[in-house]
Amino acid sequence: MLNYIARRLINMIVLLVAVSFIGFFIIQLPPGTILDVQLQKLRQMGGDVPRDQIKALELRYGINDPFVVKYWKWVQRSAAGDFGTSYLTDQSVGERIWGRLSVSLGLSLFALIFTWLVSIPIGVYSATHRYTTPDYIVTFIQFIGLAIPGFLLALIILIFATRFFNQQVGGINSSEFMDQPMSLAKFMDMVRHLWIAVLVLAFGATAGLTRVMRANLLDVLNMQYIQTARAKGLDEAVVIWKHAVRNAIHPLVMSLGTLLPALVVGETLVAQVLSLPTIGPMYLDALRAEDMYLAGTILVMLSALLLIGNLLADLLLAWVDPRIRLE
Amino acid sequence: MAVDATQLPHTTATQVEDVGQIPQWQLMVRRFRKSKLSVGGMYVLIVMYTIMLFSDFLAPYDHNRLDSNYAWGPPSQIKIVNGQVSTFALKQTLDQVRLQWLYVVDEGHPLPIHFFVQGYEYRFLGIFPSKLHLFGVEDGFQINLLGADKDGKDVLSRLLKGSQISLTLGFVGVVISVIIGSIVGTASGYFGGAIDNMIQRVIELLRSFPDIPLFLSLAAALPQNAPVEVRFFLITMIIAVIGWTGLAREVRGKVMAYRNADYTAASVAAGGSHWHIITRHLIPNSLSHIIVVGTLAIPAAIGSETALSFLGLGILPPAVSWGVMVRDAQTIEAITTYPWMLLPVLVLIITVLSFYLLGDGIRDAVDPYA
Repeated sequence: MLNYIARRLINMIVLLVAVSFIGFFIIQLPPGTILDVQLQKLRQMGGDVPRDQIKALELRYGINDPFVVKYWKWVQRSAAGDFGTSYLTDQSVGERIWGRLSVSLGLSLFALIFTWLVSIPIGVYSATHRYTTPDYIVTFIQFIGLAIPGFLLALIILIFATRFFNQQVGGINSSEFMDQPMSLAKFMDMVRHLWIAVLVLAFGATAGLTRVMRANLLDVLNMQYIQTARAKGLDEAVVIWKHAVRNAIHPLVMSLGTLLPALVVGETLVAQVLSLPTIGPMYLDALRAEDMYLAGTILVMLSALLLIGNLLADLLLAWVDPRIRLE
Repeated sequence: MAVDATQLPHTTATQVEDVGQIPQWQLMVRRFRKSKLSVGGMYVLIVMYTIMLFSDFLAPYDHNRLDSNYAWGPPSQIKIVNGQVSTFALKQTLDQVRLQWLYVVDEGHPLPIHFFVQGYEYRFLGIFPSKLHLFGVEDGFQINLLGADKDGKDVLSRLLKGSQISLTLGFVGVVISVIIGSIVGTASGYFGGAIDNMIQRVIELLRSFPDIPLFLSLAAALPQNAPVEVRFFLITMIIAVIGWTGLAREVRGKVMAYRNADYTAASVAAGGSHWHIITRHLIPNSLSHIIVVGTLAIPAAIGSETALSFLGLGILPPAVSWGVMVRDAQTIEAITTYPWMLLPVLVLIITVLSFYLLGDGIRDAVDPYA
């Protein structure tokens, strides 16, 4: 077991190095540099920029360094825990990401819990009540959930909330709470803003998982040991929850590995629409402004999240199902 | 009793014969027809793609034709006046307080709708130049069956023109990724060994990228000033490059299973070449699975194009796709006051839903014995 984890971790580091190299390469691909963006900003603020100031900025940003040198500088510093300075705001990259990561992870975690709490019972109900009206309704809602891309759903909800409930939904706080310290009122205000985001984030994933749960449980319910369990006179609830569901839940556990990073990055568009201060929009801005260190660090971080998620899912799977041996 | 005894074996015999005579594809068609929702989805898609082929003919105006007299113009009313199907001229006034254009229908000025009129020039199916359009009104006025946007561009024309990109881009992207995925997956599963190992490492690497950020950064690297055809091609390639790995893995799994089947062993023993075994036994067996995965991947690809265009990283104006239109609709004021700006969202949802329903039906149908 420990051997297995160690090997997976080493593999993960190799992959991350490759990801960081390729990712950094893609991110610096667009023509133009952060310097152009900065110069434009300076020029807008006031007149021309002197030649030696441009030189100084070039030197500071290492604009003329070849790609490999830039990459190496970044990796060296990252390894020491310094992910570089964001060109855009002159803040440290670590600081900027950290501030937003908490919101991102918090949202995703709630969305994940929501997804599981909803999709398992509904999937089970829909499988045990196959071809009844509630089952058809659930199936229909599932398809809607799959068919509406998250950001469109966010847009639609935004409109309805504004038009019919007169509720302000964008952001994480109403304007009157913006600069206040945390209080109960502010917290309640935050909850009011965030539940829509959680719902939108979770809707698509819930639809997918409910469907998987239903299909798997239907397969398992045809097995002979279920018939045996019923013949023994076991309570139907025990048959379903103890014997059937435990064997039908594998794909859900497996999906856990991809679900967490998917929720963390999947919110990019949703957050854009709902103007939430999370990682996604920051990544987008960084890409647009060619803020390489910021974008690169986020990409590698998300990739690490994905790989760790997959490892955790595999370990969890082995724990749920003793037949699976980790080699 | 005696009658029963003679009839019973007879009927069962014919039934058994009947079952044996039905080819597998017909069983699949039968099974597919049973799922009404999937058949419905299929018809919706057929209608949509047919409309797309004739979109230039159906669109009354060029998708970028501006007309400030119709900025935020409401959907035209249609009535029969003097025995002719007509719409009406609009009177435009400015609401000084809310700074909005107000439109009053001028009932005294009917505009008869003419059919098969000459309009802007286009190439039908990209080949035959034509100026013929299904309908239109007198020059100097505009008919906006589905309203107009902030510059007075006709929403119907834009929806139709946008379908040319939105309905094809995701589709083509998935077709390419299916081709790559099938070839690589088959090679990996069939030859095994070092080839398999190498391919699997590459797939593992590609899959350790979170897909949406990878998608965004690749799209951000696209040349901004490229003509729309080039951007279309490049975005298609991005969809293909990101999408093929999942399919390759699934095909590999299938091919490995069939490779160990008895009939493959028999073919090997009879001296069948690699090519023969792959094209005769492995591909046909995996084909249904490949089609299912492909169909279910199309809606996601269509969604990706929309999302990219929505963010301003995909198709860029002056070209139009549904994503570009959704981008125009993203301000709340726009949608709450001018609800027809939400039409691209509706059309998109119908398309994606239809593809999901179709894919779901095909998935059940490819295994008609279950």
